[in-house]
Amino acid sequence: MAILPPAHPDTAELAAGWRSAYVHIPFCARVCPYCDFAVVGGADDRMGEYIDALLAEIAMEPAWHPLDAVFVGGGTPSRIPLEHMARIVDALAGHFGLADDAEVTLEANPEDWTEQHSDGLASLGFTRVSFGVQSFDPVVLASLGRLHSPQQAAEALGVAVSSRFGSVSVDLIYGHPDETDDSWLETLDATVAFGPDHVSTYSLTVEPGTELWRQVRSGAPAPDSDVQADRWEQAAASLGAAGYTRYEVSNHAQVGHGCRYNLSVWGQGEYLAFGLGAHSYRDGVRSRRVRRLDTYIERVRSGIGPIQSSDVIGGWDAELERLMLGLRRSAGVRGGEGGTALLDSADGVRLIDAGVLEVEGDRLVAAKPLLTDEIIRAVLDLEEPAG
Amino acid sequence: MTDQSRIRNFSIIAHIDHGKSTLADRLLERTGAITEREMREQMLDTMDLERERGITIKAQTVRLKYKADDGQEYVLNLIDTPGHVDFSYEVRRSLAACEGALLLVDAAQGVQAQTLANSYLAIEAGLEIVPALNKIDLPAADPERAAAEIVGVLGGDPADVSRISAKTGAGVEELFEQIVDKVPPPGGDPNAPLRALVFDSYYDAYRGVVCYVRVVDGELRDGDLIRFMATREEHPASEVGVLTPRSVEVAKLGPGEVGYLITGVKEIDQIKVGDTVTTAAGGASEALMGYEEPKPMVFSGLFPTDGDDFERLREALEKLRLNDASLVYEPETSKALGFGFRAGFLGLLHMEIIRERLEREYDLDLVATAPSVAYQLVRTDGSESTIRSPQDLPDPSEIQSISEPYVRAMIITPSEYIGTIMELVTNRRGEVGNMHYLTPDRVELTYHLPLAEVVFDFFDNLKSRTRGYASLDYETDGYRESDLVKVDILLNGMPVDAFSAIVHRSASQEYGRTMVERLRKLIPRQMFDVPIQAAVGSRIISRETVKAKRKDVIAKCYGGDVSRKRKLLEKQKEGKRRMKMVGSVEVPQEAFVAALQVDD
Ligand SMILES: Nc1nc2c(ncn2[C@@H]2O[C@H](COP(=O)(O)OP(=O)(O)O)[C@@H](O)[C@H]2O)c(=O)[nH]1
Ligand SMILES: C[S@@+](CC[C@H](N)C(=O)[O-])C[C@H]1O[C@@H](n2cnc3c(N)ncnc32)[C@H](O)[C@@H]1O
Ligand code: SF4
Ligand SMILES: [Mg+2]
Repeated sequence: MAILPPAHPDTAELAAGWRSAYVHIPFCARVCPYCDFAVVGGADDRMGEYIDALLAEIAMEPAWHPLDAVFVGGGTPSRIPLEHMARIVDALAGHFGLADDAEVTLEANPEDWTEQHSDGLASLGFTRVSFGVQSFDPVVLASLGRLHSPQQAAEALGVAVSSRFGSVSVDLIYGHPDETDDSWLETLDATVAFGPDHVSTYSLTVEPGTELWRQVRSGAPAPDSDVQADRWEQAAASLGAAGYTRYEVSNHAQVGHGCRYNLSVWGQGEYLAFGLGAHSYRDGVRSRRVRRLDTYIERVRSGIGPIQSSDVIGGWDAELERLMLGLRRSAGVRGGEGGTALLDSADGVRLIDAGVLEVEGDRLVAAKPLLTDEIIRAVLDLEEPAG
Repeated sequence: MTDQSRIRNFSIIAHIDHGKSTLADRLLERTGAITEREMREQMLDTMDLERERGITIKAQTVRLKYKADDGQEYVLNLIDTPGHVDFSYEVRRSLAACEGALLLVDAAQGVQAQTLANSYLAIEAGLEIVPALNKIDLPAADPERAAAEIVGVLGGDPADVSRISAKTGAGVEELFEQIVDKVPPPGGDPNAPLRALVFDSYYDAYRGVVCYVRVVDGELRDGDLIRFMATREEHPASEVGVLTPRSVEVAKLGPGEVGYLITGVKEIDQIKVGDTVTTAAGGASEALMGYEEPKPMVFSGLFPTDGDDFERLREALEKLRLNDASLVYEPETSKALGFGFRAGFLGLLHMEIIRERLEREYDLDLVATAPSVAYQLVRTDGSESTIRSPQDLPDPSEIQSISEPYVRAMIITPSEYIGTIMELVTNRRGEVGNMHYLTPDRVELTYHLPLAEVVFDFFDNLKSRTRGYASLDYETDGYRESDLVKVDILLNGMPVDAFSAIVHRSASQEYGRTMVERLRKLIPRQMFDVPIQAAVGSRIISRETVKAKRKDVIAKCYGGDVSRKRKLLEKQKEGKRRMKMVGSVEVPQEAFVAALQVDD
């Protein structure tokens, strides 16, 4: 695969043709207060059962193309013992095949990372590891309810860099009320100092139903969106100065290190999915799997399958989604039919007037990335042109 | 027909909540007009809204048979009056049909503003007033003091003031006897040409307009061709009857009798309340009293929140008007709010009631613009016109003068609050009139005030300054020239007609600042800075900015939740649909409602 700048339009459009697979590992030591992913805390004893079910689900999936990207996410995939992980990789490779230069990512929590584990995963064929570092400020880490220290994150990164992974990535969360401008700046500087190939920076989001949400509802300070805008700009500046390109609202990469799996999703590429709460998009159908561990295992065992519901994404709907996903990228999205409709609409005119949306050749670009949802809402409102 | 000497026509007049409805219920029970089973509290308040708010909006009337201590049977016509100043025109009509008035005063509260206003109307109508103190069962009752206050207003001897409890029934029997004794029987010549006063009317879906009438001279006979003297309309009397309170047909009504008349007329405004009914053949030459059209005093734009509801709003207004000739309206278009109506009301309460009925009975969601009064405008070319909406005010260069309606306001208060009331009245451009001590510690204050000042939260302010002890009533008091200006509110440079107001120059700054501040809090941040300005003509008097929003994007969008994020965005989009576009600014519907809220 060509080594292209991650924000290059060609990268973006190429991604539409990639085929990927997502595998969900729900196990975590304990559930973080802000997290609303499909996770279970302190249930490691169920791993064996779960992975059996996962393999069964993979076996049920009709054969497909060799995979260009695999993403083993969570939850905390780094908690899975190597021998189990080997079974998963083997199942995917055996059932679908892996492209020669396939990207194979594992999400990891720093406190789990050992040299032995790191090397083991690399030899299993993982090419990319993404660490949930979140912050290098112990105060912020404590406020986020994280179990690791800045020191552990630093060590894990060091180990990963010296293993044979093609890409090392770091996830950061900004905008917790306990975070200061300085603390964020230091986190960015520390990150840059370790030189990961890829950095994701997420603004802390209060997701309904989480512990954080309950706290905010009963009066705890909520993240301030203006402060988060400042922090986003700081991230773009610090990372930009260190040679990273922001290729999506929250993602920065060195040349050649854009996350292929995510690029494929934003390019409306198709992906398989296995595991609790995972979503697949295959043959124009998006399917959602059940989110409860017991139900998942039971339904896979009984042969019913874990899919809870499916949506057919076709025609105009698919066109709107293409724009919705593509507009998150710095490279923007090819205008196409939906783009024409948008530019013809009253909303489109307002977005252009406000300098939020820009036309660059045949592409639409979110000129103010932090206001992308303004554009997307207008997109989702577009009527299919008659005829 | 009833022997005239056995008829007593009277009203109960009282300040709100002093117990008028409760006493009427006792009377209905006592006279067996309704059975226990039919009895529900406050029988005469029929509309839900009235029962809920504990006020009487539309006057009702009932004929009762009362066996007095002297062994004779009397006919008592109890003519209910609306209890609120907004409807003083209707109160006058009702009183004109009576010879006496029972003045009811809460023994704990003493004389209040509406007690006085109503007493004056009764005195003006030449009625015999029978005073009574109610609620003597209350521990807080102070009958001595209240009686002294009544005597201070009406004269007489405190010992002659009845003391009753409409709730327990104590003293009620004696009070009824007093009505028979003191209220004079009606005069009138049975042989003279017919003259009957129309003192109220309502619309009945089956029978058309039903008029309440009081015969003064002659006889109103079923089947006669009758004439309405003011409108000159002639119709056969297709049904004549009395209300017991159920309708009971009778062959005729004689002098002093009160009843109803149906003529087959279908439109309420074809019959003028206050008109005189006579016979088409050999009728009277002189009407009983001139009638005035009830004049709307307060105007407000009513707009459906959902533009598609315009037709439903029109139908609802038409229906309400069938029963309320004082409600007037005409179509109005607002750039900001779309199609609606400019409606005129007798006063603030009337406005609130209509709005509430539209929303509740007709299930409409409405935005009402700031209430305005009717201004008289003289242009530089000498032409005169009435301005009912700020939008109609021309450019200052075309204005020679503007006059605004004034009221005479009566406030009754414990004397300790005189200072704070003075301050309030002065702030509202009021002029001090009289001060009259009812008792050493309670005082009646009279002021002249612009109606527009009373219309805006004056009453709430008065109540809060006096911890609820002061009461207010007012009546119109002509027009006066004033230094008035129109304040426009601009959103992103675009004037929003719905927020424009005509205010006194001295208050323009304050109005502008308040609106601009409120709107800054109500208008969500947009993709760009939104200046909010208040302007008089081209001069900006106040300015705030809603800063552009900086961040509106989901942090993370990965394969696992494209559907979920999409749903979330679609839900947000629904929220946007409920916004009105003012130029390029999105204004939530609630902002219009909240910004125009009179009380903050
Ligand atoms: N304690 C007491 N309460 C009364 C008496 N008469 C009326 N009320 C109460 O005073 C309130 C107002 O009475 P209402 O008849 O509706 O007053 P209106 O506004 O003059 O018609 C109601 O809650 C009645 O129950 C009375 O003699 N004693
Ligand atoms: C699904 S989590 C799994 C990764 C790993 N378990 C961890 O926590 O480090 C992936 C990333 O999502 C981000 N994330 C999770 N919840 C978030 C929230 N409420 N607001 C912002 N970012 C969040 C965190 O940066 C996290 O590293
Ligand atoms: S943030 Fe990561 S470690 Fe925390 S609960 Fe979520 S998936 Fe687990
Ligand atoms: Mg009442």
